[in-house]
Amino acid sequence: MTSENSAEPVEFYIRQPHHDDDGEHHHETGTMLGFWIYLMSDCLIFGSLFAVHAVLGRNYAAGPAPADLFDIDMILVATFMLLFSSITYGFSVLRMDKGDLRGTQIWLVITGLFGLAFLYLEVLEFSHLWHIGATPMASAFLSSFYTLVGTHGLHVTAGTIWLIVLLIQLQIHGLNHANIRRVMCLSMFWHFLDLIWIGVFSFVYLAGVLV
Amino acid sequence: MAADYGRWDPIVGKLGWDIFPLNEPVVVVTFVGVAIGGVALLAALTYFRLWGYLWKEWFTSIDHKKIGIMYMVLALVMLVRGFADAMLMRIQQAWTASGGAGYLDAHHYDQIFTAHGMIMIFFVAMPFVTGLMNFVMPLQIGARDVAFPFLNNFSFWMTVSGAVLVMISLFVGEFSTTGWLAYPPLSGIHFSPSVGVDYYIWALQIAGIGTTLSGINLVVTIVKMRAPGMKYMRMPIFCWTTLCTNILIVATFPILTATLALLTLDRYLGTNFFTNDLGGSPMMYVNLIWIWGHPEVYILTLPVFGVFSEVVSTFCGKRLFGYTSMVYATVVITILSYIVWLHHFFTMGAGADVNSFFGITTMVISIPTGAKIFNWLFTMYKGRIRFEVPMLWVMGFMLTFVIGGMTGVLLAVPPADFVLHNSLFLVAHFHNVIIGGVVFGIFAAMTYWFPKAFGFQLAPFWGKVSFWCWLIGFYLAFMPLYLLGLMGVTRRLSQFEDTIYAGYFIVALVGALFVAAGIGAFLMQIFVSIRDREALRDTTGDPWDGRTLEWSTSSPPPYYNFAFTPKIHQVDTWWHMKSVGFQRPTDNFEPIHMPRYTSAGIILAGITTVMGFALVWHIWWLAAATFVLAIGYGIDHTFNYNRDYYVQPDEVAEIEDERTKQLAGAAAT
Amino acid sequence: MNSIDFAPVRLRQHAGKSPITFAAAQYRLARLTGIHYKRPRHPKDTSENLSISNLCATVQGHGFATAITRGASDMKNLKTFLFLSLAPLLGGCNFVVMNPSGDIASQQADLIIYSTVLMLIVVLPVMALTVFFAIKYRSSNKEAKYEPEWHHSTNLEIIIWSVPMAIILCLAGLTWVATHRLEPYSPLSRISEEIPIDENVEPLVIQAVAMDWKWLFIYPEQGVAVVNEVAAPVNRPIKFEITSSTVMNSLYIPALAGQIYAMAGMQTELNAVINEEGSYKGFSANYSGAGFSQMHFQFHGLENGGFENWVEKVRSGPDELDRTAFLQLDQPSIAHPVTYYNSVVPELWDAIINLCVDKNELCHDDMMMVDALGGGGLEGLFLREVFAGICSSDDPAALLAKVRIDRELANAKNKQKNLSVAETDISALQQILALSGLDAMKSIVSRTN
Repeated sequence: MTSENSAEPVEFYIRQPHHDDDGEHHHETGTMLGFWIYLMSDCLIFGSLFAVHAVLGRNYAAGPAPADLFDIDMILVATFMLLFSSITYGFSVLRMDKGDLRGTQIWLVITGLFGLAFLYLEVLEFSHLWHIGATPMASAFLSSFYTLVGTHGLHVTAGTIWLIVLLIQLQIHGLNHANIRRVMCLSMFWHFLDLIWIGVFSFVYLAGVLV
Repeated sequence: MAADYGRWDPIVGKLGWDIFPLNEPVVVVTFVGVAIGGVALLAALTYFRLWGYLWKEWFTSIDHKKIGIMYMVLALVMLVRGFADAMLMRIQQAWTASGGAGYLDAHHYDQIFTAHGMIMIFFVAMPFVTGLMNFVMPLQIGARDVAFPFLNNFSFWMTVSGAVLVMISLFVGEFSTTGWLAYPPLSGIHFSPSVGVDYYIWALQIAGIGTTLSGINLVVTIVKMRAPGMKYMRMPIFCWTTLCTNILIVATFPILTATLALLTLDRYLGTNFFTNDLGGSPMMYVNLIWIWGHPEVYILTLPVFGVFSEVVSTFCGKRLFGYTSMVYATVVITILSYIVWLHHFFTMGAGADVNSFFGITTMVISIPTGAKIFNWLFTMYKGRIRFEVPMLWVMGFMLTFVIGGMTGVLLAVPPADFVLHNSLFLVAHFHNVIIGGVVFGIFAAMTYWFPKAFGFQLAPFWGKVSFWCWLIGFYLAFMPLYLLGLMGVTRRLSQFEDTIYAGYFIVALVGALFVAAGIGAFLMQIFVSIRDREALRDTTGDPWDGRTLEWSTSSPPPYYNFAFTPKIHQVDTWWHMKSVGFQRPTDNFEPIHMPRYTSAGIILAGITTVMGFALVWHIWWLAAATFVLAIGYGIDHTFNYNRDYYVQPDEVAEIEDERTKQLAGAAAT
Repeated sequence: MNSIDFAPVRLRQHAGKSPITFAAAQYRLARLTGIHYKRPRHPKDTSENLSISNLCATVQGHGFATAITRGASDMKNLKTFLFLSLAPLLGGCNFVVMNPSGDIASQQADLIIYSTVLMLIVVLPVMALTVFFAIKYRSSNKEAKYEPEWHHSTNLEIIIWSVPMAIILCLAGLTWVATHRLEPYSPLSRISEEIPIDENVEPLVIQAVAMDWKWLFIYPEQGVAVVNEVAAPVNRPIKFEITSSTVMNSLYIPALAGQIYAMAGMQTELNAVINEEGSYKGFSANYSGAGFSQMHFQFHGLENGGFENWVEKVRSGPDELDRTAFLQLDQPSIAHPVTYYNSVVPELWDAIINLCVDKNELCHDDMMMVDALGGGGLEGLFLREVFAGICSSDDPAALLAKVRIDRELANAKNKQKNLSVAETDISALQQILALSGLDAMKSIVSRTN
């Protein structure tokens, strides 16, 4: 090792005064990384459910197949609700970067409304299917369909609750460090759900109906 | 008498007066014992007015060191429980193999081996390694805490919550009778209508949340909080194995969560994921659970490989041989552990191509593992080996583990597996690697880092007794099982047709008694050491002539770990510091940024425990209420923006001056 | 998942994903011939074995690998030697896994020995070095060299990586060859070391059903069935077809051959042969619940005449094994006595693996046929039994298409009446059934073809 041979004394501790706001910043990046890792682990839950659907997705148990069940037009509308909500979330973050609290809040509210619209359509679909007898108990395909789509729906529900809580916190504390960090985390979460939905829409709905 | 699990009442769910296993004398005796012990403990805590201390200094603590220690305590308590199960099984098998009727019926015996496996993996081995990583890793990288201190506390209490549910199942209702991995359709509602599997599922799900969060936490800690100058290739090997382990945790526990969730849906809702009928596929469960399950083996073994690396180089007084290849071996094992899962069920008949692929990938893992063994070996070469207790454990490990590794590779040859699968040979094999690897490593680690944690050493005599009892006990208990496996005896039997196996099972029982003595000796060691703590006091902070950063602070370290953030120049920083005769800074202290203690973790976990219990017994109103409460409380916690504070320089100075005096005293004697 | 491929019913469904007519043809063929599909297997020839052995030898660089894979007789000697050396320890006990009576199990036992020997090449030196270094470099020995900064040697690193690698490479070759040679689905390539296979002798088929908690063995050739006892003539290939009527079990007769899982709704296979007369233990090797400890049976290896006598004895059993008797037997029982059935209804096995011994259940092959053809529609939710027997029709696809077209017609008609969907489907279905009935339609379809 070079340091052993060097003659000058080696510094083993950081003795300079530490900047307070620096520490805050350091922690923030940790949170973003941690949340990103959490999302990856969540992604693996979805990955498992997708894998399960790949195995069980054609096991209709002599019951209905996707073509018998899915109203693809409605799903497309739901998809656009979610896609729009991602865009509006993006607008919200843009406003936040400008330090515009009011604008941030307004776009978040719009995002939440799109999210609720998506959830409404999903509930509508599930209750319709349940009503006609296509329950999760009817076949392995339906078990896996409800679970995969439902898990995504639960995530959107959780995201919406989070969004409401965050709106309150923004109202109380404004755009402080902690809140900015939270808006960014929810942003990752929300876009992540959008991405998962693209997968659901393609592999569950479109592929199901087209095959 | 079996309780009626078919009934349901809106208020109490499936609960009823017949759920207490009063007909099983073993359980009743245990219950009486636990009740008396528990009351005595509670009374003692109250008498000595320790509740406030425990609550303020430990339960609500978010200090990674205290949380690490609490993990270890949990694991030790559960080790006693899990080992009691093992004794019960050894006695039953020795008894029935000798022609007796035994004292356990199949129903009870099946619960015992299920609980033994599940507890030993999830509530003994996991808390042991998690606790160790929590305690040691931040000290080794020169950090003041983990990245998310509150989350750390919460993770710990979630693990406790899972353990509590398992313990409740002993006295309220019953535990699962499906084996520790709960293969469906046996674990489905049709074949297992009782609450046993539900206890299993919820205990694992709740503890699993804790494990996953703790995994995320420790990964971020290593990535973001290494002291300046500590490049990845300067980290102690234990930190490397911690990093890989936690990456594995984050990358596999979600699969377990998903799989168990699907099993839950099958049981609670009547879906058809793993049923025999309506398109379900039980084989998919077996695949999914082992995609988690095999990496889990490495989640347990990688950290202790790290421990061995630290202990070997310390007690050989020598730098670890082949640091770089050690790191690469760790990473390669991490990756390979993902593509071997099918070797747990070659006998499912996937065909020769698939079987040989997975067999060969399994064998390939033994290459980096072998390289590690050689690295430890050549660290000993030209060293000055001090055979202190931790080093004894390492020697025991090196001689024992290679046998386990060898039988493991043997089981990876599919046609050999056809005759050895599910036999006692297999049981002997995995105990060989888990005891010879993980347990020996944990004991080495506990002895090694004990002075760092508590400020005094463990008295070596009882440690040596413990080591020899464990070592002899292990061989006596499991070598007969290897042989029984070769005689075609399968696992999980509570009755035997004939008595030709009697001798082997009796030897195995004697081995288990030795292990019991080993555990007893370890507890005795702790007792004796606490008694003689003044004589065993470590005033230097570096009792073993260590090499890594944790030995540069006092024993026990101050809650902020380091008064000044260390700066790293090479591997084995502390060794480096000592070799150039560095000066410990004693003035000009700066304020230190620290997180506040909080009771949110333990309260949330408490609510979750009640929710788990309500879900097990189908008490829907309570489950819903506690769920809403937990979410509400969690949200409420996010409104707390005041989570940290600064330790003032004069407080730091006071603590550091104390240390200066201590060091001067140590130098004088 | 790869592992589901072996299951015939599953496989048929997989095949169904490719062009439907192909799948249908396969189903029909399966029905007609009674042969179940399994994954195509390539018979192993010796040249492949040889080439891998050679590879092994080249890698190792000396004769060891060739020696251990060379010839069966050497192996036997080695085995005997190793076992003799262990004899004092073993004390006359029966190490059936290492000392079996069937050729497959013998080869598996040999494999254990070779693998162990291969690994000992590296394990023994490691253990010896550990002890040696521990003694030599103990701190009290001040004579020994002490180099606290020595931590790297490229040569040593190369050795510690390449030695395990070389061993594993050999072992991998051995594994590949042995796994293919001893694949339980493959027909036997020899009766024993000395006796080659006789192409003219058909294997004795034994159908094994794991039940709660007993084993049922059906002999289709002899038309008899036994509970908790099984026999086979010495030196005649045996082909077990294995399934379960309950949870997962594993059929294991250590003296005969390695185990294989028994799983409901699918069929696994095990080819083996018994070379010595005798009575051997068999059991379930996969934990299956309360009666697992008692789920064992005797396997008799009998000389030819003995086997005929045994079959006669079974034939003297009082009862016939029909669907009713099977369902009765299927009730959970522990330590079930040995029971003989003088005859078996021919379709029983098919019904067992398709989980439809109870005639109210839709057979899995019918269900999977419907699924492969795109599902049974909403009416399948309520009247799945309408599809019973679709597999046995001449053109299932056309039949299903006809059912579904009629349904849509009826649907369209009913939509005008403003019925809700579920009611629509049920009433539509009832109309179809009223119109023709499946049997009538089957005949229509086969005539039009």
